[in-house]
Amino acid sequence: MSAEAYPPTIPPAAPPNPLEAHRQRHAAQLAGHLKEAARDRRVELALGTLAAGTLALIAAMLVTVLVNGWPSFAANGLGWFGNGGDPVTQFRAMQTGTALPGHPLLYFSAWPLIWGTLLSTIGAVAIALVVSTLAAIFITEFAPVPVRRVLEPVVRLLAGVPSVIYGLVGLLLIAPWVEGLISTQRKEAVQYVVQLSGEGLLTATLVLTVMILPIMIALTSGALAAVPSAWREGSVALGVNRWRTIWRVSVRAARPAIVSATVLGTARALGEAIMLAMLGGGRPWAPNPLDGLTFFFEPIQPLAASIVKEFGDNPNTPIGHTVYAFGALLLFSAALLSLAGWAVRQPLKRYGIGI
Amino acid sequence: MSASAAQPPTIVRPRRESISSWPLADRLAYGLCWAVGIGLCVVALGIVAFMFVKGISALRPSLFVESPAAGVLQEKHSGGFKDPLIGTFIITAVGIAIATPLGVGIATWLVEYARPRWLARTVESAIETIAGIPSIVLALFGLYLFARPMFSFLSASASDGTVTGLSFINAGIIMAVLALPLVVGTTREALLQLPARMREASFALGKTRATTIRRVLLPSSRTGIASGAVLGMGRIVGDTAIIVFMLGIGSSKIEGLGGTPVLGTLRGTGTTLSAYIYYYAPTGDGNSPNKAYAAGFVLLMIVLALNALVTRLTLRSEGERAAVRGIGRRMWAWERWPWSR
Repeated sequence: MSAEAYPPTIPPAAPPNPLEAHRQRHAAQLAGHLKEAARDRRVELALGTLAAGTLALIAAMLVTVLVNGWPSFAANGLGWFGNGGDPVTQFRAMQTGTALPGHPLLYFSAWPLIWGTLLSTIGAVAIALVVSTLAAIFITEFAPVPVRRVLEPVVRLLAGVPSVIYGLVGLLLIAPWVEGLISTQRKEAVQYVVQLSGEGLLTATLVLTVMILPIMIALTSGALAAVPSAWREGSVALGVNRWRTIWRVSVRAARPAIVSATVLGTARALGEAIMLAMLGGGRPWAPNPLDGLTFFFEPIQPLAASIVKEFGDNPNTPIGHTVYAFGALLLFSAALLSLAGWAVRQPLKRYGIGI
Repeated sequence: MSASAAQPPTIVRPRRESISSWPLADRLAYGLCWAVGIGLCVVALGIVAFMFVKGISALRPSLFVESPAAGVLQEKHSGGFKDPLIGTFIITAVGIAIATPLGVGIATWLVEYARPRWLARTVESAIETIAGIPSIVLALFGLYLFARPMFSFLSASASDGTVTGLSFINAGIIMAVLALPLVVGTTREALLQLPARMREASFALGKTRATTIRRVLLPSSRTGIASGAVLGMGRIVGDTAIIVFMLGIGSSKIEGLGGTPVLGTLRGTGTTLSAYIYYYAPTGDGNSPNKAYAAGFVLLMIVLALNALVTRLTLRSEGERAAVRGIGRRMWAWERWPWSR
């Protein structure tokens, strides 16, 4: 047993090794970097999952409406899209649960609703196409600055007004005016077939036009404003007047945007439900163009409006299946139109117009 | 003779092109443009003026403090729109609280990461598709989805155990889907407008993408995100179809579920102003036009206020962008209208 020296000697510290210190510092730094990089990857993964979730959402929606609507399609086959009898009696049969004689309970022929959708949509888009192009030209080219300063909020306002307010205004301003156009004679001539009132094809189409105008104006004027000014100046320098320059150069260059505006306007018009439920006239009916002027006053009930008007709250009933079939048709058309609009706008990116 | 020779030659200055030199068809088209522009103003003015006149004449203070009550015939004094008004605020808050983080996240991924490329392009068109889906179809989807037993904790159940699927939180989630494309669009635009040097400066300091996004990019695009959120709120406030199917018809009251104050309300049912208007409109089941006008006036005021807020925010973000990029402020940024996306 050796005696320990007191006080114990402290072994001298190792001389600082600069290389080792550097290594340690480096390792700590690297660990920090790796941790940050891992966090970065986690963030990327999380955000990517979120983004991919939108795809799942669309898939879920498609599956939901298809699965719930399938019984209706299956029971009717292609006749679902055809014209066979009055939808009013068919809806009533489904509500009461007593099948129409010779037909399954789910018997339904949606042509009057599809025809109403087509008429109101095509009518509104046709008017809005002309009006929105002219309005966009006016806003980008002709309007003096004060007028332009008023027009921008005006278009924004029209885009923001809820559809239920459009319905209210249509009911109280447009419908009485349209009703004034219908002569008593005309009403009496058809009163045993269909009741004419102020609410009908004409009223619904007019209000629908105003509703889809803002988005079309915005898209078109965005593209018109982005046409390189050198193109226009070249035309003006050749002695072409301003209108022809706009028509031949700007509008032609903005054609993809006009097409895409039309497509998006169509999608919006297809999906409008509340306003059309208020202004359509409240009866599923297929207006006949052969009826002359009466055609414009006949009631319509487009697909989307029919969902609002006829559906209770249970998807698992005959009427539920029928209504989900409407939803499936609307969803498919709207999705196709949106994709078409997106595809049409891609060439515009060349000009740097990222709408 | 010599005097006239000394006169300087008259200089023919090119005058500004006048409309009178145009062909008739072109002049007609020019006139049409003016007519359309003025027509738009007249339509907007007509709507606002009509709702003002009808609304103010139908508005009574008691409408704001009374709950909707049955009684079609006693239109004069049978209930107001206290519950729908509160419901509008609740549903807007819930919807936008869900839509904003989701939308900002998706937009950030689209602009800053976007890997793999094909997924980014697919997501981009998916957002576009969601923007085009009619709200009535969203309502059908939500009604089916939230009536599944696994979502029974979100809404009331009937006595036989079937889940109703009607509640503020359910409707709010579907409303968030409705507002999502607007939030994504504006945020994306705001992020794309930031100059590359902001990102590069942060990377040069050794910061990762995630840190750059959180500390540099998102704070700088705050106003853009805010205007997207306000646009989304405008969309939510005005939507009727989702409310009618997923929350309650226009005459219902706010009915909480269970005792807990906030959660109970969120899981309970109610209604909003838009559904109230639909119900009491002349074509609706309630058919008390005066109530509909009064509520329509209030709803239009909310929409106008949100609109003004968007305009302010857009102008401000334009100004901020101009300050960042060192160029003059652009007043007429038509192509940057957030809701055109």
